[in-house]
Amino acid sequence: MKAINIIEGGVSVLARSDVDTDQIIPKQFLKRVERTGFGEFLFYDWAKEPGWHLPVNPILATGANFGSGSSREHAPWALEDYGFQAIVAPSFADIFYSNCTKIGLLPVVLPEDQVKALMEAGEAEINLQEQTVTFAGGVVPFDIDPEIARRLLEGLDDIGITLEQQHLIDAYEAERERSGPVTTSL
Amino acid sequence: MPKNLFEKIWERHEVAPSLIYIDLHLVHEVTSPQAFESLRMKERTLRRPDRTLATADHNVPTDGSTTAQQIKDHLSRKQVEVLEQNCAEFGVPIHSIGSDQQGIVHVIGPELRVTQPGMTIVCGDSHTSTHGAFAALAFGIGTSEVEHVLATQTLQQKKPASMRVNYEGELGFGVTAKDLILGTIGQLGTSGAQGYVVEYAGAPIRALSMEGRMTICNMSIEWGGRAGMVAVDDTTLAWFDDAPEEWREFTSDDDASFDREETVDASALSPQVTWGTTPGHVAPVDGAVPEPSTESEERALVYMDLEPGRAIEEIELDTVFIGSCTNSRIGDLRAAAEVVKGRKVSRDIRAMVVPGSAQVKIQAEKEGLDEVFRDAGFDWRSAGCSMCLGMNPDTLQPGERCASTSNRNFEGRQGKGGRTHLVSPQMAAAAAVEGRFVDIRGWGE
Repeated sequence: MKAINIIEGGVSVLARSDVDTDQIIPKQFLKRVERTGFGEFLFYDWAKEPGWHLPVNPILATGANFGSGSSREHAPWALEDYGFQAIVAPSFADIFYSNCTKIGLLPVVLPEDQVKALMEAGEAEINLQEQTVTFAGGVVPFDIDPEIARRLLEGLDDIGITLEQQHLIDAYEAERERSGPVTTSL
Repeated sequence: MPKNLFEKIWERHEVAPSLIYIDLHLVHEVTSPQAFESLRMKERTLRRPDRTLATADHNVPTDGSTTAQQIKDHLSRKQVEVLEQNCAEFGVPIHSIGSDQQGIVHVIGPELRVTQPGMTIVCGDSHTSTHGAFAALAFGIGTSEVEHVLATQTLQQKKPASMRVNYEGELGFGVTAKDLILGTIGQLGTSGAQGYVVEYAGAPIRALSMEGRMTICNMSIEWGGRAGMVAVDDTTLAWFDDAPEEWREFTSDDDASFDREETVDASALSPQVTWGTTPGHVAPVDGAVPEPSTESEERALVYMDLEPGRAIEEIELDTVFIGSCTNSRIGDLRAAAEVVKGRKVSRDIRAMVVPGSAQVKIQAEKEGLDEVFRDAGFDWRSAGCSMCLGMNPDTLQPGERCASTSNRNFEGRQGKGGRTHLVSPQMAAAAAVEGRFVDIRGWGE
């Protein structure tokens, strides 16, 4: 994962709430076994609606409960492949939020009125180290779990980190692992 | 110090702070190929194949095909074939298409008794919360996390908050587990459980079968919950042949505390029907489509082609789908068959029943339920996710209106332009007979 810190530039606006991952990347595109190339199918059905306008920018500002529904990581893959580096919303669905942090797409939670102000400002700078969003409306702080922030800032590989703790997993399995069920004996 | 059920399971699985051990990893064809590929590229091994189990469900046609090679859609076929190859290469047991143990991943886990109390269970699928019905901590993960679990049998996870929903009263005649959870989501909102592991408790939950509890836990994600769970009791233990008495500890202690508690009156609920495009857009069957109060609701009414004030019972249907990880178990099919027995599907309705697993299908056929459905005019299919998400040939056409026992009424979920109304199996069955929604409580007498 590549390290991120400062994300700056234009803000694309999707003023809808409860945007589910079925809208972000519809099911027919989940049949691919590759991880790349999902950007062109982002919001595939909505993009055909008259008046749809979602320019490629570093930042997407959107409504509450963004990324609800299916756990498909294809949704963050598509948003990132399209060109977004950060998504700002009043709230995110849990799995979607987690999926974003695993691929270096920064989810930022701001109060609803600040998201609206950001949408109007049209440009912003997000500083992960400082945990701030700066735009015409001022400098707004945001919260992020310190461990998640550290991994994003340093571009760390989660699996690599856990494998360094392999001795702890070995010890857990030796001492505390529950017995059964064993799937290979089915 | 008293502990709640979630805390007990969490503590037992902490390998290190925010690193939990996973007892069972379920795998399907859609969210795993990129994870296996990445393992291969980084020359990493799969740590515990004996705690991993795979099946093919999302892509499989329900036409009785028995091998991946018979799948006509090129990409679907490739995805199932790649799963079979990955499982062979990494030593993962698999029940693929054609196996008599194949089925929807959340149906076969409990069926094979690999879902057990006190476990941590994950799968690259948001409806993994289903397994929480067995007092397990079970939740959906993304593909990066699937890869992490394959490689390490652990998951990095910040401890979520805990919530208990206390149900009071009792479910009325004709009101099911599906109505209970839809009513809960309607009252507490589609993001009401965000950040929480939810324990469902109270007499109405105790009175439910394991299947009903699975239906409730299944839809935890539809109101944002990290997971849903139900404590162990006699009903839980009776699911297993030789349940150890120690499993009884998987309950919340009497004076355990939760980060949040909510109360829902089960007695007040009618059979529920969704009218919009989130599971929170829901109304009692004897009610009407409400006035929209948000942008999301306004948009939903346009998409659903409904106007405020329309009685739910006046909504006419084109299609009825009985199936999905929410409602496709033998108990669901028995309940629906009871409703349609000796009746006929309304002539214009396309109606289908898709058993959740090959085993459910075999059992249903043993009981003659397939005959009941066929005689009534239903299409009797083979196991798979089917029309719940339309990744296989079972889809809605644009504008088609469907009563569905599945879990999501999102725009286009069952097929581009399709309009989905979520209901219980009984309500779906009665709707198939009448061609419109009817209140099951006063119907057919």
